[in-house]
Amino acid sequence: MEFLYYFDDVFTLWAFGMLLLGTVFGLILGATPGLSPTMAVALAIPFTFKMEPAHGLILLGALYTSTVAGGAVSAILLKIPGAPANIATTLDGHTMARNGDGKRALQLSFLASLFGGVAGVLLLIFATPVLAKWALVFGPSESFWIAILGVTVIGTLGSNSVVKGLLAGCIGLWISTIGFDDILGTQRFIFHSSLAGGINIIPALIGLFAIPQVISMFAKGRSREDLEVLSIKPHPLRQAITEVSRRTRALGIGTTVGAIIGLIPGVGGQIAGLVAYDQTRNFSPERAKFGTGHSEGIIAAESANNAMVGPSLVPLLTLSIPGSPTAAVLLGGLIIHGIFPGPNIFRDYPEVVWPFINSMLIGQILMCVFGLMIAGLAANVARVPRAVMAAVVLALAVFGSYSVQLSMDDVFVMLVLGAGMYFLERYGYSAAPLVLGLILGPIAEGNFVEGAMIAAAQNGVLPYFFTGTLNMVLIAIVLGSIVYSVWLELKNRRQGRAL
Amino acid sequence: MQRFQHAIPAGLIALVGLWVCFVSYTQTPAAAFAFPRLVSTLFVVLALWTFFKALRDGTAQEGGFSRQEILRIAPGLTVAVAYVFWGAKFFGFYTGTTLAFFILLTWYDPADHRQLRSWVMRAIITAGFMAVMYCLFALILNVYTPREIWS
Repeated sequence: MEFLYYFDDVFTLWAFGMLLLGTVFGLILGATPGLSPTMAVALAIPFTFKMEPAHGLILLGALYTSTVAGGAVSAILLKIPGAPANIATTLDGHTMARNGDGKRALQLSFLASLFGGVAGVLLLIFATPVLAKWALVFGPSESFWIAILGVTVIGTLGSNSVVKGLLAGCIGLWISTIGFDDILGTQRFIFHSSLAGGINIIPALIGLFAIPQVISMFAKGRSREDLEVLSIKPHPLRQAITEVSRRTRALGIGTTVGAIIGLIPGVGGQIAGLVAYDQTRNFSPERAKFGTGHSEGIIAAESANNAMVGPSLVPLLTLSIPGSPTAAVLLGGLIIHGIFPGPNIFRDYPEVVWPFINSMLIGQILMCVFGLMIAGLAANVARVPRAVMAAVVLALAVFGSYSVQLSMDDVFVMLVLGAGMYFLERYGYSAAPLVLGLILGPIAEGNFVEGAMIAAAQNGVLPYFFTGTLNMVLIAIVLGSIVYSVWLELKNRRQGRAL
Repeated sequence: MQRFQHAIPAGLIALVGLWVCFVSYTQTPAAAFAFPRLVSTLFVVLALWTFFKALRDGTAQEGGFSRQEILRIAPGLTVAVAYVFWGAKFFGFYTGTTLAFFILLTWYDPADHRQLRSWVMRAIITAGFMAVMYCLFALILNVYTPREIWS
């Protein structure tokens, strides 16, 4: 119950101000198609440099929570998911709004998000210290495999092609080695003066997530999207609360599925909503109503994608393995503030980590309250023309990257990595494994070198890294995730051919 | 050309992989390159696999670019590159950003360019956005732009 001691820290002027700011901006950004939660958090990191670590993380955590929930606004009112996590919400949410019940759909969505989000954060609060204690037994070899596991899982389960996912992870790991070697001070792969200091994580994150979005907006040219924002008629909140409380099956399945998917490193919220929607439909006696504006569809999808948020931070805080791409960016935010996640995080930084986690709990309530208040406004913000969005995101990316070290080299690196990532994405590579490789590379290398030194004094490198129960389990999970993903890919390919 | 749409990028990645592998195995001290050797070996294997697969499958793979898309992207990317690598220094950070912002907005804005109103709107949006950026970065966050870059 240690977290209770740090609740006061959330209610200081600055901390609560950041929480409010992150929640309101997150809802608006989340409702804007094309601005994913990952990109929103990446662009916000430079603004947190001057803040106290706890305040900066509270802002980033609030953005993460509310961008996921805010994505439902455009999914319901515009039929455009604000984030990939909200795809399932469009199925019943937009139909309900078309039937004249837009307000009801929004109320159900935010109330379900509140329920799922609170359950997810409670899991984060109670599961993280347990996992952290368990992770204390990890030595360099186990930590090395954990880092490799993070890259592998996101490269396989989170990508359409296993080989391309793993290749992207390798590219990220290689990029992380550019610069001076930490131990011997040797120059590595510095083929341009801009790379002398290595690749700074924040400009790289901004480039890899924001620039591909900017270029994909360019790719759509001058075409105009005449988005029709559906009108919102009044609907009593009390009725919505009653309706949500009666839909225990949808809430239960959505929250459970979201929490489990959040805990699996690398899988993220994209699939949480869709899996929960599908499972709720399978178990529902009103299965035929799904897709026609049925409340269970909205409740399942939204409770799932918000229930994923908290648990996605469990492997991040204890093992440095992000549970989603947005959590990977948050890891960058933690490192930039000098906080290195791991088993000792609650011992070393309780004054930062607990207020951050507690703020996510309170943030869920604020997200629901403000979401219901500003949903209409957020939907109109979602109609901002693409040309404006592209120019705004590009300028923010340039200023954000520059402000990290006041260096134009970071801006060059940001643009080159971002443009390169856009072209890679078009050929089936995804940014998430590359980012994971980039972030986890130094952790993997540090433990690899440390392990090799210990191994040299013992039985040798191979027995050190490949024996021992924990090592074997971790290697089995790494191989298992690859084999499972290859099997899944082959199965999908066969099904595609059959169609 | 369309047939090699996937093979060309896969080949480029394989070349980068081979270069990384070559550097990792030839540079000294070996201890500093132990981890890069591990990574680059896997990098090369996966990159060559992808390259040969791209050659074999040809156009059967999904993704890639159409000529029309390249033509749409080219102006925006040119402005972005010119702004980052040259404009920000030549014109100054804020002036360069203002120009790049306005050019991108004008180029990709679907509004009728013959109407004065659309030009005024774009100018107002640019000025408003730059005012917010200046307040945020220069006044609140105290981000100093380099001396040669007018701030």
